[in-house]
Amino acid sequence: MIPVIIGATFILFVLVFALPGEPWQGRCGERECPTAYVEAFKREYNLDKPLLVQYALYLGKLVQGDLGVNFYNNHVIDELAVRYPTTVKLALIAILVEVVIGIAAGLMAGINKGRFLDSLVVVSTLVVVSIPVFVIGSVAQWSVLKLDLNDIFPVTATQGTLKQLILPGFVLGSLSVAYVARLTRTNLVENLRADYVRTARAKGLTTGRVIGIHTLRNSLIPVITFIGYDFGSLMGGAIVTERIFNINGIGGFIFRSINQRDGVSVVGAVTVLVLIYLLANLVVDVLYGVLDPRISRD
Amino acid sequence: MTDPIHSGPETMMGAVANDIAGEAVERQEEAAAEASAVLDKPHSLGSDAWWQMRRRPMFWFSAGLIALFILMAVWPSLFTNGDPRYCDLTQARHKPSWEHWFGTDIQGCDVYARTIHGARSSILVGVFCTAGVTVIGSIVGLLAGYFGRWLDVVLSRVGEIFFAIPTLLGGIVILYSFPSRPGTPYAIVVGKVVIAITLLQWPTIARIMRASVLQVMPHEYVTAARGLGARPGRIIVSHILPNAVAGVIAVATINLGVYIALEATLSFLGIGLQPPAISWGIAISEASKMGFLTSAPHMLLFPSLFLSLTVLAFIMLGEVVRDALDPRLR
Repeated sequence: MIPVIIGATFILFVLVFALPGEPWQGRCGERECPTAYVEAFKREYNLDKPLLVQYALYLGKLVQGDLGVNFYNNHVIDELAVRYPTTVKLALIAILVEVVIGIAAGLMAGINKGRFLDSLVVVSTLVVVSIPVFVIGSVAQWSVLKLDLNDIFPVTATQGTLKQLILPGFVLGSLSVAYVARLTRTNLVENLRADYVRTARAKGLTTGRVIGIHTLRNSLIPVITFIGYDFGSLMGGAIVTERIFNINGIGGFIFRSINQRDGVSVVGAVTVLVLIYLLANLVVDVLYGVLDPRISRD
Repeated sequence: MTDPIHSGPETMMGAVANDIAGEAVERQEEAAAEASAVLDKPHSLGSDAWWQMRRRPMFWFSAGLIALFILMAVWPSLFTNGDPRYCDLTQARHKPSWEHWFGTDIQGCDVYARTIHGARSSILVGVFCTAGVTVIGSIVGLLAGYFGRWLDVVLSRVGEIFFAIPTLLGGIVILYSFPSRPGTPYAIVVGKVVIAITLLQWPTIARIMRASVLQVMPHEYVTAARGLGARPGRIIVSHILPNAVAGVIAVATINLGVYIALEATLSFLGIGLQPPAISWGIAISEASKMGFLTSAPHMLLFPSLFLSLTVLAFIMLGEVVRDALDPRLR
């Protein structure tokens, strides 16, 4: 995993700084960069040195949390530090939605495999997966305004209070809810065929106990790891959700920086999100071995 | 003639088999029996899969939708005479009417014409990304799986690194580093999005292809071909590829829909396709600005509907293809 993290940051670095073309292009708004800026840029990122040296110096800065200084002469890391609580809150709400709705839907579908409820869950998850998040978000906003529910589910969340983040949390979690439901269903159906379930039934346990204690617990291991991986990707998905609901988190910051063509902020913030995603994966990989001892860490 | 000694165990086994595997297998067996009745000659996996798909309404529904959207992309004038770039500011934000079926947008452009013409960008990006990802991913997967050893180690590690970067985030970085301006030609604007997605997505297909190759490799016909002195190129192209390609086809179809959604998302964020290119993502981005949501919801709803239906159609088709190609998954 560590080599992957190093490799991924190397690729991002090459894409941004080392490919032919001018990396400072687009960093000065809609005009050509002045020579003085280009010189300063080259010096800052050591572009006159060999590629690997450039990368090593860049990585050194990254480790120290130095993501550069943006248009407004603010350190990008400080901008992110102010905003990350909102994004984490949003991601946690989304995960809560995933866990509660996703597992419940998957459970109902799995128990009633082949019946109406199952088909309903399978078809509706397919539909949810097909609708891009920004469509779900915009349509949700429109429906809330149409139904005059704005006081209960505010459609903008500029302050990022818990109440304001509920609707965005649902939107952000919507795609993963579908995946969690399908994953729960598949694993439940598979495990219900296992020998230990038959043994439990033969011992005369109630259906509730067989499913709730024996089957569900085993079926949820892959679901938990999925949710762990998802925490990282939710940080990325937050860019879209925070733009729609005008939330001042990391995602909203990236979106505004894209529109203001503030390159240092975009690249710095996205790099941090990629690192969070990779670290979340690392944690999940370790946890997976703990949750399911059959999987050895090799 | 019924012979109790011979027919007995068979029915017994049939009953047991049905009990174990349940109705899915039963249905499958029925279908297989019907299939062999229809096709007397021995049939290939391809024709078998085609026969399986043909029976499902979901296949016809998704294939019909896809045909419609492709027609829209190739020949938009078949659906509309309106010029998507003709805008009349005095007609801004009109509700749907006879004259403008889907209403007009902020600039007074006809939403119907723009929605129809928007199909082209989505289909182009989807098709080219799928082609690029499938070709690169398959080649890498075949090489890694067939030659193994250090080549496998190198290719798999490189793939892992690209796989680790979330496509949306990586896409933002790439497209930000190579920005398009309003004057950039359409082909280059689309090309950048295609390259960004392809670069970050090829490992998905490479992994699947590598796994299938490793499954196919131990078969006798591969050993036989090698024993007869066939060169690696020949073994890969005529023995391994045809038997390993099934999984890739299904995933590639599903992913075509995913790439379309990804392009729309990037365009929505203002970093994918750029105006004056016409795209559903850009249209939805315009329409979702707070002030227009209530005053002109048609601006949002029609492009959203078209986009979602396109993505849905490809994902559905992919699922049907996967079920048909791999009966074990049912």
